[in-house]
Amino acid sequence: MSFKIGEVVEASTGQFTAQCYELHQPAPFGSLVTTREGGVDIYGVVSAAMTTSIEAGRRPIARGAEEVDEEAVYKSSPQLARLLRTDFNAVVVGHRQDDRLHHYLPPRPARIHAFVYLCDREEMAAFTQSFDFLSILVNVQWQADELIAALLRQAAAAQQDPRRFLVGAGKELALLLAGETNRLNTVLRRLRE
Amino acid sequence: MTARDQEGRLGIVVSGSLTKGVEVRLDGAISVEDIAVGRYVTIEGEKRRFFGMITDVVLDAIDPRLMTMPPDVSDPLIAEVLTGTSTFGRLHVLPVLTIGDDAMSLLEGAQPVKTVPAHFSTVREASEQDVERVFGQVEERQFYIGTPLDMETKVRLAPRELVKRSSGIFGKSGTGKTFLARLVLIGIIQEGAAVNLVFDMHNEYGWSGTSEDGGEVKALKQLFRSKVAVFTLDEENARRRGVSTDFTVQIGYDEIEPEDIAMLRETIGLTEAAVQATYRLARRFGERNWLESFLTMDSRDELNDLAQSLGEHEATLAALRRRLEMLRRLRFLVPHASDNAMQRILEDLDRGMHVVLEFGRYGDDIASYILVSNLLTRRIHERYRERMERAMGEDTAKPRPLVITIEEAHKFLSSDISGQTIFGTIAREMRKYNVTLMVIDQRPSGIDDEVMSQLGTKITCLLDDERDIDSVLSGVSAKSELKSVLAKLDSKQQALVFGHAVPMPVVVRTREYGSPGSYKEFGFRDALERKKKAEEEEDDLWG
Repeated sequence: MSFKIGEVVEASTGQFTAQCYELHQPAPFGSLVTTREGGVDIYGVVSAAMTTSIEAGRRPIARGAEEVDEEAVYKSSPQLARLLRTDFNAVVVGHRQDDRLHHYLPPRPARIHAFVYLCDREEMAAFTQSFDFLSILVNVQWQADELIAALLRQAAAAQQDPRRFLVGAGKELALLLAGETNRLNTVLRRLRE
Repeated sequence: MTARDQEGRLGIVVSGSLTKGVEVRLDGAISVEDIAVGRYVTIEGEKRRFFGMITDVVLDAIDPRLMTMPPDVSDPLIAEVLTGTSTFGRLHVLPVLTIGDDAMSLLEGAQPVKTVPAHFSTVREASEQDVERVFGQVEERQFYIGTPLDMETKVRLAPRELVKRSSGIFGKSGTGKTFLARLVLIGIIQEGAAVNLVFDMHNEYGWSGTSEDGGEVKALKQLFRSKVAVFTLDEENARRRGVSTDFTVQIGYDEIEPEDIAMLRETIGLTEAAVQATYRLARRFGERNWLESFLTMDSRDELNDLAQSLGEHEATLAALRRRLEMLRRLRFLVPHASDNAMQRILEDLDRGMHVVLEFGRYGDDIASYILVSNLLTRRIHERYRERMERAMGEDTAKPRPLVITIEEAHKFLSSDISGQTIFGTIAREMRKYNVTLMVIDQRPSGIDDEVMSQLGTKITCLLDDERDIDSVLSGVSAKSELKSVLAKLDSKQQALVFGHAVPMPVVVRTREYGSPGSYKEFGFRDALERKKKAEEEEDDLWG
């Protein structure tokens, strides 16, 4: 079962940002999330997460000088949970339309306030049957190599034969990063268990 | 991809040209270490299938930086990922023939290539059926020389094609030239393609030969009793070896002509002046008497008088005399031979018998070998020529095709003398007179280029001298490709065969020879079997 984790607050064709329902509980880096737009399920890979003040420009201040532990800070100031928010970004890597998976961008971006679900193992395994989404990820601007490695590690755990999966994905990457041997090495080293 | 698509698949064609061959990128799953040069592949072009040979294996990488900064391959995952993607193997394939699949092309058989397969055509290992289609099915009793590397299909060497032109068997010492030559001779006899005259330097072809491990193997006479006659120059030696010979060859001084001595020029170290003197001597004493007369002149005065009357320098004649003295040591040379060896050989050849002339202990004396083989061949060739010309003019039967086998061929066919010797003539004029050569040599670079390029079929074992390889491959298209194949042959039981008698160059593992089973394949029956067969026939006859 997919787990409802947050709600879209900003969306474009290539990515979307969701706010988590639980503070400090974003979808893990590199995990697969999905959101619905009309009849289309849009898949994204969590590429960054951040916890900030709900009001831009109003920075939290340090409160723990008198407290014994960190939990106590939140206990003594219960309003904090309302003043902070945890968001995460997802890079759109594909979509499902009419029960068919496509590893390319959907026709329309995600809708604001659409629910975002964290995909379970089965969904992860189904989506990563094909490695075509890797071509989108290698072009991500920020920490693409880290992102790819994180996704593949999680996807491998969902496979029956993780090693075979990693070798297959690695070979696809070797072709995509044909002229960028250093990047390829970086990703491959991060795939090691 | 289905399992059938995958079967035997090696990779795809990525570039190439007709003259240089095509480049094939190996599939990721195929290791370069499983590939060997000389193996056959088929390429599935859009319209036809191509048949070719692997001539080189190359390691390549998608990014040249990989070579300078090798990745951490101690991690098996990284090593596995990179194999076949970032780093991959490339094959160089020489397409030689095309095979069509429609009925018409099945009838026509494989054709020479005139184009290359399209980009990304699938390349597969050739199946046994493919190889059979190219080299033809070998029927029972037909001769085959061996099997391609790692295959069971028999490669047919067509003896009738082979004997149409001169052929050569080459290879370093100890690579199995004699074995191959014996095989080929057997093939010629088995199919009755021609009659053979073998100048058997080391007594390897007549009665029995030695195998690599020192054992004895049957040679021609034992296998084809009724078809082979063994002549010898050295009866004593034959008797010692327990070989029954059919005829002992003696050559009279009166049969030796100045040309025969000219052939020995290098071997016995004659000067040009000495050679010229032999012609003068022949004019003075007559063609038939000159040698005997000259050799019987014992006193210095006699020689001096002769020199003066011939206008020769005394020292020249004295030197000639000293050199020719060696002829006296050769027991097979007699002042006058009672029987004409050449005539006997010709008679046997005419009856369809194959003649092996064993040299006995004289085999080690290269001068005897050159003298005798040259002398006999010249006369036999003369006869053949006369009869061939008569056959053309008067429409009489042509003489049987004759194959003359000589060893140490570079002594006869080096570029200085091949223009003058009979062997050079035979090699050049080819089959006009129904006589061709089979030359056996370990130093093909010593043979005249012109002669080498006239050889129709060449069978070559391992050669490693650059000049020898170049010389064997002279006149062959795709020389550089075959060069790499030739240089990588095993030193035992492997040979590259190319030319007239095979549809395309082929590396063969030569067929087994020396076991009872192998003899049987040539139609040999041992005494017990012969007896049984005779009894059966008797029963049939009397009922």
